[in-house]
Amino acid sequence: MAECALAVSGLTKRFGGVVAVNAVSLQLSRGELHAVIGPNGAGKSTLANLLSGDLAPSNGSIVFDGVEVSHLSADRRSRMGMGRSYQTTNIFAQFTAFENCRLAAQSRAPHAFNWLRGALGYREVTREAQHALAVVGLERRGAILAGHLSHGEQRQLEIAMCMATRPRVLLLDEPLAGMGAEESASMITLLRTIALDHAVLLIEHDMDAVFALAQVLTVMVNGEVLDSGLPDAVRANPQVQKAYLGAGEDHV
Amino acid sequence: MEYLIQILNGVQYGLLLFLLASGLTLIFGIMGIINLAHGSFYMVGAYLAYWLAQQTGSLWLALPLGILISIVIGLILEWTLIRHLYRRDHLYQVLLTFGLILIFEELRSLLFGNDVHGVPIPAVLNFSIPLTETLAYPVYRLFISAVCLVIAAVLYLVIRKTRIGMMIRAGNSNREMAQVLGVNVPLLYTLVFAFGMALAAFAGMIAAPISSVFPGMGHQILIICFVVVVIGGIGSIKGAMVAALLIGVTDTLGKVLLPEYSGMAVYLVMAAVLIWRPRGLFPAT
Amino acid sequence: MIQSSAGITRVLLIAGAVCLALFPLAGSAFYLGLVTKIMIMAIFAMSLDLILGYAGLVSLGHSAYFGFAAYMLALTAPKYQAASVWVSLPLSLLATGVLALLIGALVLRTSGIYFIMVTLAFAQMLYYLFHDTKLGRGSDGIYLHERPSLAVGDFNPISLSDHNHLYYLVLALMLAVYLLLRTVLASPFGRVLVAIKANEARVRALGFQVFAYKLGAFVLAGMLAGLAGYLSTCQFGFVNPEILSWQYSGVVLMTLLLGGMGRLYGAVIGAFAYVLVQELFSYEALFGVYAKHWQLSMGCFIVLVVLLLPGGLAELLERLGAKPAAEPDDG
Repeated sequence: MAECALAVSGLTKRFGGVVAVNAVSLQLSRGELHAVIGPNGAGKSTLANLLSGDLAPSNGSIVFDGVEVSHLSADRRSRMGMGRSYQTTNIFAQFTAFENCRLAAQSRAPHAFNWLRGALGYREVTREAQHALAVVGLERRGAILAGHLSHGEQRQLEIAMCMATRPRVLLLDEPLAGMGAEESASMITLLRTIALDHAVLLIEHDMDAVFALAQVLTVMVNGEVLDSGLPDAVRANPQVQKAYLGAGEDHV
Repeated sequence: MEYLIQILNGVQYGLLLFLLASGLTLIFGIMGIINLAHGSFYMVGAYLAYWLAQQTGSLWLALPLGILISIVIGLILEWTLIRHLYRRDHLYQVLLTFGLILIFEELRSLLFGNDVHGVPIPAVLNFSIPLTETLAYPVYRLFISAVCLVIAAVLYLVIRKTRIGMMIRAGNSNREMAQVLGVNVPLLYTLVFAFGMALAAFAGMIAAPISSVFPGMGHQILIICFVVVVIGGIGSIKGAMVAALLIGVTDTLGKVLLPEYSGMAVYLVMAAVLIWRPRGLFPAT
Repeated sequence: MIQSSAGITRVLLIAGAVCLALFPLAGSAFYLGLVTKIMIMAIFAMSLDLILGYAGLVSLGHSAYFGFAAYMLALTAPKYQAASVWVSLPLSLLATGVLALLIGALVLRTSGIYFIMVTLAFAQMLYYLFHDTKLGRGSDGIYLHERPSLAVGDFNPISLSDHNHLYYLVLALMLAVYLLLRTVLASPFGRVLVAIKANEARVRALGFQVFAYKLGAFVLAGMLAGLAGYLSTCQFGFVNPEILSWQYSGVVLMTLLLGGMGRLYGAVIGAFAYVLVQELFSYEALFGVYAKHWQLSMGCFIVLVVLLLPGGLAELLERLGAKPAAEPDDG
């Protein structure tokens, strides 16, 4: 039984009168890929923001490796080992792909606040950056400006940056967004590899990816968890089919 | 009892600051523009009051004329220059409006010279009401306070209760959304800017009889205005009122109690508020 | 990451440095003093470029640090003796650094437009401190009877009262500051700063304590501005509250605009450009009655530059050079 890396219970977020996320509970273990799906507006991105620390919860708790983190800042959580990728590409467009990863890797280095030695002289950091690029398949694109990469490559870079911070838990917000069939296939392979020794929370719309990768599946509708469990069981749930999967279809 | 006079003065100064600060905070809250030339418009108003009162012989005639002229200047400025700033970094807004400050200051010097001028208080208001046997308070100052309060009330009603106010609040939150909903955003911005500037000029006009008209009068008050907006919270009229009164009274009492440090007092208050509330007392968002 | 336009600008910069080094052989004492003043301004502008052009912090109160160090020298110098540079300079820089630390810790809690306004406000507070209170001796300012001395024991080859000596000292310091900032910007610390301007939220999400980086840059920038202020007092032998004024903060900002932000050499070019433009607009033969009102011309000029060439002369140079700069912070 894999130990629980991330335990979320009763997580709630209210914006004025609107309840965007309502008493959501879920668990994430190492070596496991837990997918979260739901229609637009279900609160998935809000959930991601709550987990990463970009938003503070109204209620509930987030326990990461036994530590309550729901009121810690985003940078603190990142240093503790939570990595995140973004739905809308959030890279440094005017830096090269390599520099994007180098910066990410530098965040883990103890000398990061050094004023006088050239940044490129730190071998460990540059090696880590190259490695992260290689993991996602961008090792030959390092010198290209991130803003000039193709959309699919930028999504890969998002993952690379996340990996370069050596996280234990990864929160991936729609990594396949806007990708073509071939790119999606490579991304799915990549994610499967990553999930082997990390705890991955995957928010996605791409159902092929979800059913190919997920060991645990949670369905969110209107900010609440509709069902959660093994993918086949969740898929067979008539409520889930009605609310999300089977809408408009005659058969399951 | 002397303190009563100082407090009344402080409140009157605060209300005047409110007029200025509300123009500034509206322009920023709705259009996202930081406008350093706001103080210059206060000066423009004061000089307009001086010149028009001289030409027409009456401050009462000068006021509406001055407001009209300020609105026109505001419209021209927005149409030619300010509208290029909407999508740009605050840095360039600062630089351009800083350039405007230089231009206004030198135009003033060219047109009116560098002397200090007075503007006579209109005869009908030029008396004092007695507070005690020995102390009396100038009615003109009460007039200023009253006018500012009326404008504050009108602003509040317009923004809270009318369709225009709703549009302003909508423009405040989301320009694209407002446009989609049919609000003519460019026109709204033009009107808001002209209105904000007119408010500043009006403040300068009614203050002119008691503050005199002198070079650099816009700069001092601009920075105090910034302090008011920072303390009150950007985009908040209520915040501007609370902060303006706080600053007005602090500054006035400071000059009496600790004259050497009175200049600094206002900034110390700001520092204290910042420690406690970095986004101001009543941030709009 | 190197583009050929950087190559051209590098050549121009070296040429410029050589010209500056040779200038005293050709120029009169007046022009020597003017160029010294410009180079001090360049140090001031470079310090602002660090936080503004590179880290993206729009400080409208940078003159506070320039003026504070200047006043520190004026206030701690013995009345009729020369202060020792070896004591008074580190003292001024340290005090200015502490000031920047205190103010920075407060103002960096804000962002965006608040930041702009509070930096202005704190500078104004310092202005009133020196203008109104007995501490600053008021609007008349303070005179330095003797320039600080660089003597070590009996060995005193350099005299700050000598125009040539001061010129070369300032030139050397300007180049040293340039090299220091280049090094800092290429360091891990500097890379994070540049990233903060590009996408602060992402930097935070990567685990960096953004506040610490901004504060560090703010203090360094403050101390370098203080160096400029110290040197300025050495040059003129006089301080008054106007060097703490918001107008002066505006001047250094305009200097950066004219020269080009986010490229250190832009600060240097900007200092020369600003003073030259100011001299031009004050030239009576060309501008007649408007020469006295040169600020009118300057204001119009600034407005035009903001609208038409916001990248300043550096942008112009880069456009005229080979390819457009791939990374503006690498110039």
